[in-house]
Amino acid sequence: MATLTAPTRKAFPPGLSASPAVRKLAALALIAAVLVPLAVTRWGGGTWPAALTVDLSEPLGRASDWIIDNRDSHPLFLYFFGHVSNAVVVAVRAVYLALLAVGWAGVTAVAGLVAWRVAGLRLALGTAAAFLACGLLGMWVPTMQTLALMAVAVAASVVVGALLGLAAGLSDRTDRALRPVLDTMQVLPAFAYLLPVVLVFGIGVPAAVLATVVYAAPPMARLTALGLRGADKEVLEAVESLGATARQRLLTARLPLARKELLLGLNQTIMMALSMAVIASVIGAGGLGDRVYQALASVDVGAALAAGIPIVLLAVVLDRVTGAAGARLGQEPAPNARALWAYALVATAAVAVAGRFAGRLEWPDGWVLGIAEPVNRAVDWMTAHLYSGVPVVGGTADWAGRFTTWVLDPLRDGLQWLPWWSVLLAVAALAWLIGTWRTALTAVLAMAAIGVLGVWKPSLDTLSQVLAAVAVTLVAGFATGIAAARSDRFERLLRPVLDVFQTMPQFVYLIPVVALFGVGRAPAVAAAVVYALPAVVRITAQGLRQVDAAALESARSLGATSGQQLRQVQLPLARPALLLAVNQGVVLVLAVVIIGGLVGGGALGYDVVFGLAQGDLATGLVAGAAIVCLGLMLDRVTQPTGRRTKKGA
Amino acid sequence: MRRRTTMVVTGVSALALLTGCGAADMTQQASPFANARGAKTVTLSVQSWVGAQANVAVAQYLLEHELGYRVDTVQVDEVPAWDALSQGRVDAILEDWGHPEQEQRYVEDKKTIARGGDLGVTGHIGWFVPTYFAKEHPDVTDWKNLDKYAERFRTPESGGKGQLMDGSPSYVTNDKALVKNLKLDYRVVFAGSEAAQITQIKQFAKEKKPFLTYWYTPQWLFEKVPMTEVKLPPYEEGCDADPEKVACAYPVTPLQKYLNADFAKDGGKAARFLENFRWTTEDQNEVSLMIAEQKLRPEEAAKKWVDSHESVWRAWLP
Repeated sequence: MATLTAPTRKAFPPGLSASPAVRKLAALALIAAVLVPLAVTRWGGGTWPAALTVDLSEPLGRASDWIIDNRDSHPLFLYFFGHVSNAVVVAVRAVYLALLAVGWAGVTAVAGLVAWRVAGLRLALGTAAAFLACGLLGMWVPTMQTLALMAVAVAASVVVGALLGLAAGLSDRTDRALRPVLDTMQVLPAFAYLLPVVLVFGIGVPAAVLATVVYAAPPMARLTALGLRGADKEVLEAVESLGATARQRLLTARLPLARKELLLGLNQTIMMALSMAVIASVIGAGGLGDRVYQALASVDVGAALAAGIPIVLLAVVLDRVTGAAGARLGQEPAPNARALWAYALVATAAVAVAGRFAGRLEWPDGWVLGIAEPVNRAVDWMTAHLYSGVPVVGGTADWAGRFTTWVLDPLRDGLQWLPWWSVLLAVAALAWLIGTWRTALTAVLAMAAIGVLGVWKPSLDTLSQVLAAVAVTLVAGFATGIAAARSDRFERLLRPVLDVFQTMPQFVYLIPVVALFGVGRAPAVAAAVVYALPAVVRITAQGLRQVDAAALESARSLGATSGQQLRQVQLPLARPALLLAVNQGVVLVLAVVIIGGLVGGGALGYDVVFGLAQGDLATGLVAGAAIVCLGLMLDRVTQPTGRRTKKGA
Repeated sequence: MRRRTTMVVTGVSALALLTGCGAADMTQQASPFANARGAKTVTLSVQSWVGAQANVAVAQYLLEHELGYRVDTVQVDEVPAWDALSQGRVDAILEDWGHPEQEQRYVEDKKTIARGGDLGVTGHIGWFVPTYFAKEHPDVTDWKNLDKYAERFRTPESGGKGQLMDGSPSYVTNDKALVKNLKLDYRVVFAGSEAAQITQIKQFAKEKKPFLTYWYTPQWLFEKVPMTEVKLPPYEEGCDADPEKVACAYPVTPLQKYLNADFAKDGGKAARFLENFRWTTEDQNEVSLMIAEQKLRPEEAAKKWVDSHESVWRAWLP
């Protein structure tokens, strides 16, 4: 065993190894010993002191009034925002009309043929089938609306992201300035983005597109910068020695070398744009998201699912096609590639024209499959039989009640009872132990900002839900991840399920959890767990599988049982992946716990929903800012010094 | 450095050229999905409750089948809907429960919104208990006795107090202030959306459990779960002026329609039709029930109602 553990420890020094951790804690204790008595005598213990809060509701309310009053006359709106808004409307409309003009057969053919050329025959068939399924579910027009909105949002995100990434990739100073901003944007829940754009642009498509761009551009920027910076030094030197100018170097060497990252960035941007386009239905995005939202208003899970399935199909297709295109990069293009593209083009045109002449541009009404009813019957059955009074195990509502009484309530009350300085201290200790003094400082400042904003209590309420959900997610996720890593067959079974769950719009989760668990914090937690689980399972399984085969082999040769291998070799070696899983789990859980405000989760999520619903932007913006701070704090507390890869991965 | 500056300048001027240098009033923008294929389009705001969906479904059906319009619907919450209406992104709101502040701002001051007359339905908000519980304990219907039953209304979410369930944050409510000012041993728990609230009420009703909820008439759920109103201190004009100090019942509100001012002027037949649209509580409930309980698609429900009530809607056509 000795020969095995020694190199292990060298390769991955456990972050909690004695000496630095103790030193950090000692330093922190010293700081605390000086500051805490001072703070307590000055402001008292208990909840966040009122003397340290700033009431922003009045200025924010005034700002919002000013915007409403001046929106149709002030030059800033007439000459800047007005044009932005117009450009968005014109672009979305152009894409939408083009999609309608090509007709359903044409769109399906275009999608299928593009997929064929960039990703192969199987995916092409899958793509065509997915589009036909959208039509079959009676969702053709909403699908086209979402697609039009997405196309514009993705194009804008790619341009913005690539420009930012270019700047960060070429200049160190820009990189240093941009990196923390982009990192932060990655961890923020989508809900926090909605309010500021609504304030300026009002409800509607322009606001939805802009929120989507802000949400989806960061991964493109990050990966562009990463690709440019990661270019092979030797190649660059070779190009330079050939006398190429800076611009030639960029165009002929650095950008082509970064192709893989650029495509990965595109893939990420598309996925994030899709998830945001759905959430943006709350601010009038229209399309599929709006159908889900409307269906949920009448507790119609079936109709919500009918609109949710096209979203999932779109997501899976877009993900696979861009992913496959990335994997194919660098392969020798087929000799007759150009001819094949030409054939594809001709075939598409033929289908579109045929559709036009046949007068079949709109999806035929008769070809619609109603899935709403059977789904609703199934949901009714579930509710009727599982809700309460099931012998021995009790019903789901009883579990939810117990979970609330025994886990959520004590956790919330405990957190709220803690003196404010001790919360800050705990945050500092955790963040410092796992990261550097910088991350610790950021985390503490973020937490303190929550107090200053005057939303200390609701934030701790949200925090208690996040903690409970994360705990459940991690237990379930690690267990499933370990099982998936150890059995190939199980992983093959699990993969499509994870894919679907990861791309489902969060809205669709909400109503079945209400049906099962009633209203309150328990369903919000349940939805968050279901949403965050796939990412945790996936990262855990990947991390365990990537463990060095040689290390495993030598453990096996030493006669370790499979349990011993797991505990003593795989898990320790996969520690970075497990930490990443924790970090991802926390970020995803927070995003859904916030949306849980729609099903009685209360706290910050409710404030945001309230702000959007009542046009009370002061409440909404303060809660939004608190969510940002909470996200920042949670991320820093769980973030090992290494960088995260990507959201939702 | 100079090249970069040149590029920036070129970029900005290109953008300016592309977008046109004039002013762009974004308060006058239609939805990009409107008027596809040159059809005349009307955009209606649908609020999240089913009654509003029923109004819109019938109006949409008639506009499309009798008057040849294309109708787009957008789901927007109440207050933002006023904003969207003022900007012309929505042409009409068919059911408004009273928003004095917005009315003052948009109808009186900015004149971007015009009144569209009564919907014909009278709305009332209140606190309700299930009728099966009220029959057993008749005195629960007076607010003064509510504290006696707080124990019965307790849930895990309400802590040690009784639960008063509220629905969507977008609805008009004074409940937090009421509980405080009437000194009741209750806590307001927000279901977060009407969907969540209805699901919860149905679950309670199935087990014949007692509950106290914020609810409103007309509402189709009364047909499924009969509920009895709890009497609050009577409403008097102006008693709800200060939202912090409210200690009286909710008023009885004749529901109103509002149109975008430009649409009201230039909207032609569609605008006249929407102004004439006026039906009764029973009519609305009939359609709502078909949508929410029989799970008919709104257009199917509207068709059924339209087929059997021709005399009512004939009068609306201009």
